Amino acid sequence: MPAKRLLIYKHKLKSHQVFNYYCRLALLSILGAKVHSILTMLTIALGIAACTITLTLVNSMSSNPIAHKSGQLFRVQLDNWDPNQAAISPDLPPEFVTWTDARNVVQARQAKRQSASAITWGMVNPAEQGLTPFLALMRVTSKDFFPMFDVPFLYGAGWDENAEQNNDYVVVLSKETNQRVFHGANSVGQTLTMLGATFTVVGVLNDWHLSPKFYDMSYGAFSDPEEMYLPLELKAVFELPHGGITSCWKAVESERYDAFMHSECTNFQLWVELDNPQQKSQFADYLTQYVQQQKSLGRFPRPLNNRLLNVAQWLEYKQVVKQDVQIMFWLSIMFLLVCLINAASLLSAKLHTKHSEIGLRRALGANFSQIVMQYSLEVVFIGLCGGLIGIILALVGLQGVASLYAGYGRLIELDIPIALSVILLAVMGTIIAGLVPVYTACRPVLATQLKQ
Amino acid sequence: MLVMKNIGKVFTTDVVQTHALREFNLNVSEGDFVAVTGTSGSGKTTFLNVAGLLETFDSGQYTLDGENIQGLNDKQRSQLRNEKIGFIFQSFNLIPDLNLFDNVDVPLRYRGFNAAERKSRIIQNLERVGLGKRIKHYPAQLSGGQQQRVAIARALAGTPRFLLADEPTGNLDSDMANSVMTLLQEINQSGTTIIMVTHDQALAKQAQRQIIVRDGKVCDASETAAHIQTQAEITPSV
Repeated sequence: MPAKRLLIYKHKLKSHQVFNYYCRLALLSILGAKVHSILTMLTIALGIAACTITLTLVNSMSSNPIAHKSGQLFRVQLDNWDPNQAAISPDLPPEFVTWTDARNVVQARQAKRQSASAITWGMVNPAEQGLTPFLALMRVTSKDFFPMFDVPFLYGAGWDENAEQNNDYVVVLSKETNQRVFHGANSVGQTLTMLGATFTVVGVLNDWHLSPKFYDMSYGAFSDPEEMYLPLELKAVFELPHGGITSCWKAVESERYDAFMHSECTNFQLWVELDNPQQKSQFADYLTQYVQQQKSLGRFPRPLNNRLLNVAQWLEYKQVVKQDVQIMFWLSIMFLLVCLINAASLLSAKLHTKHSEIGLRRALGANFSQIVMQYSLEVVFIGLCGGLIGIILALVGLQGVASLYAGYGRLIELDIPIALSVILLAVMGTIIAGLVPVYTACRPVLATQLKQ
Repeated sequence: MLVMKNIGKVFTTDVVQTHALREFNLNVSEGDFVAVTGTSGSGKTTFLNVAGLLETFDSGQYTLDGENIQGLNDKQRSQLRNEKIGFIFQSFNLIPDLNLFDNVDVPLRYRGFNAAERKSRIIQNLERVGLGKRIKHYPAQLSGGQQQRVAIARALAGTPRFLLADEPTGNLDSDMANSVMTLLQEINQSGTTIIMVTHDQALAKQAQRQIIVRDGKVCDASETAAHIQTQAEITPSV
């Protein structure tokens, strides 16, 4: 056994020495033809940078931001629409629900969690903080909104059931708003004058930028989150404006705020959380009963057409990733391929000048696989350096894109797994592309190479 | 030690077949210094390439140091080249990016010697060819004769049984050529078998044995003697 171990050790040591030797030769070769090597690296780097930038954008736009709960969160659609014309062709229910349905479903508490919400806005007058008034984008919603969507809190938490039932004037601030009004301090328990009343801060969110903003894409799938969150019932109390998308198929009876709220106009996103298929089935049954009950009250004139789509289905239904983005994705892959082919051509040209050396090394005892290994290492080095330069270019490029599209800035962050995957792809591509010239360079008759 | 029996080598292109070697027979014993001469295109370089396992042959039998060459794969041929054969080329074939130490190191790396063994062999052989103090120099910093000496040191570093030299003095002036020739004779006297291809009769005469290749064949002894006599009359000595 010791003799065998010694043999294995010697073999490992020898392999290590050979590897070091090849590494040294690769570096010498790269440094010996600096301009050529830099050109090859830049070609690879450009391909990687373009591909990484595009993939980062496509990934940001198409990823499921709550993948771990994607199958448990369901968008509720109820078909309260015109009996003679579907809300969405050919026969789809509206994407939003009415105030009446939103409240009824949330108050029925038939799901594990349920939240109705809508975008609105209002004046904030932080006179106590010595700031000038500003118009804030707000979201009215149910207390379950926060745990349902795993909303992270920096300070405090969402409001409780009592606050919701008592219509307490409570507010949850985004991190940015808290920074703006309270300079980032823990503002839980502090008061804030807004909408003409005094609100108490109960929570401050940490950074929270879902991308895409699947729960409400009224202002676009990648729009900014709201600056403040208020209990749903306060919308009616303060008669807050109807933000987002409002659709009606029936004229509202009067111009009074109350009339709109009791109309068939849809403006509220309704989401529920259901843990398993059984809960989903029970909730679907509840929705059926609910619609039947509403039909008996003269509403829901169309045939039963309730829909429950989980997050992945919802994103697919909303076609968050447009076809042109997908085309862009394939174009970037093609560009990377073109760059790799160019890099292979450059490597091929370089190896052509090495025919004599390859022939000499073969004559002095290197076998075919040793030569392939030696030059492959050089190709790997060039690929890796190209990859690193590519990532730097990608970072600069993403900064450039971010400055061009200020609203999408938070989307444009280098995705490390993507960057690593692209580098791996590029290095593998370079090796494969480089192996062809290496193989070709090693094949010719030795005697001919030595004469060159 | 090196036995070739009826070796044939044909180069084929789309339009023509060239018989570079045909029924080539040769027997080289250990310690020989054989000069191979012949006119241009006679097949002497092809012979050297086949002998050095740089090219395959199409027919016949070739035994090198008791080992039948036919049927050996690339790895086995490479190992045999590395362990038993040293090459000296007309154009030196040094690697310009490597210094003398690293140039001589090349065959030793493929041999798998450890660092200490390699270093010892490199220094010993560079000293043997008179370049022991220039190990950090690059080929471009040396004269042609010195470069050929480095190539000889590289060929000798692995202590090969055979040294195959293809016009080793072809690119050198007469002084340098003589100095390289003297070095080759010393090497031969120390026991290494040398086969040298040359068109220079004066150098060929310095070998122990001379063979002539004509039309891809080794001429018989009487032809060889006559040819040597003819060449000696028409070729001024170097």
